[in-house]
Amino acid sequence: MAVTALEGEAPQFRQGLQSGVSIAIGYAPVALTYGLLAKTTGLTMTETVLMSLIVFAGASQYIALNLLALGTGAFEIILTTFIVNIRHFLMSTALNEKSYEEDGLLKKATYSFGLTDETFSVAATKPGTVTAGYMFGLILMAYSSWVICSGLGHLFGASLPKTLQESMSVALYAMFIGLLAPSMKGAKKVIYLAVVAACFNSVFTVTEAMSSGWSIVLSTLISSFIIEFIEYTKRKKGGSSGE
Amino acid sequence: MNSTVIGMIIGMAVVTYIPRLLPFVLFKGKEMPFFLQGVLKNIPYATLGALIFPGVLLIQDDITYGLLGAAAAILIAYFGANVIVVVLGAIAVLSVYSIFIPL
Repeated sequence: MAVTALEGEAPQFRQGLQSGVSIAIGYAPVALTYGLLAKTTGLTMTETVLMSLIVFAGASQYIALNLLALGTGAFEIILTTFIVNIRHFLMSTALNEKSYEEDGLLKKATYSFGLTDETFSVAATKPGTVTAGYMFGLILMAYSSWVICSGLGHLFGASLPKTLQESMSVALYAMFIGLLAPSMKGAKKVIYLAVVAACFNSVFTVTEAMSSGWSIVLSTLISSFIIEFIEYTKRKKGGSSGE
Repeated sequence: MNSTVIGMIIGMAVVTYIPRLLPFVLFKGKEMPFFLQGVLKNIPYATLGALIFPGVLLIQDDITYGLLGAAAAILIAYFGANVIVVVLGAIAVLSVYSIFIPL
């Protein structure tokens, strides 16, 4: 076992890098725009890149800029960041279940820093267990794109053609769809899970019932519970009714 | 350099890292109950659903823009294309669209 794990380390890392390419492409326009917005909000180059370096969370970085522009205080911005990113707790819990047991806590604690909606989605839809080597490769690729493009955005974001900037805003959503679609084929459960969560999140968003961070957490939890509960009850009733 | 902004960024970094780290520490080596394991296995797919909708429809004021992008991505993904192809394909479709119908 240990021997296979050692031999597997380098290919795992390379496999992670490869899986990270689509995230790197998706991050590029988002980070470029972030860098540009940060500049217009009045952040220096150092502050802009520092935020990408140590926070590494797209949505909350955008929100922070927005709040800064509105003149919101630092404490409120930090609190909002926490609320927006609490959904990562859920993702880390799910990934912990999938993580390779032999990797120690130190490795897992290190790669947990790089957990985003995107790195999580790629790692969690990957078949089998997730090793630290794979996570390091995946995160390194995504993180580099995020940090470098944030800096580039601060430097020359304004000179990008507007049409391209706009059409690239779809990139991350396209990636999520690309990750979800193969799992949906032949698996009704996956379809139900995604659709139910999408419906709840849409209702919460349209009614402005809560912040987007909580909305994602709640709709994910509700959907995961309901579908599991239905399957569980069906299975209990006997094999004939459950397909 | 503004020290309040630097302090704020460090604060943001701390509160972002905690929820990412905590589950690995709290649930280390713990065997979850069978039902809960099932729920956790569901989370990636439910999260993806919630991350895609309604967000993708709201990327521009014009809702057809997001719809078209999503439809293109679903179609390309349906034919089993690699994720990168799905991403580039959706960008290409929307680029063509915005050339003909300026926002």
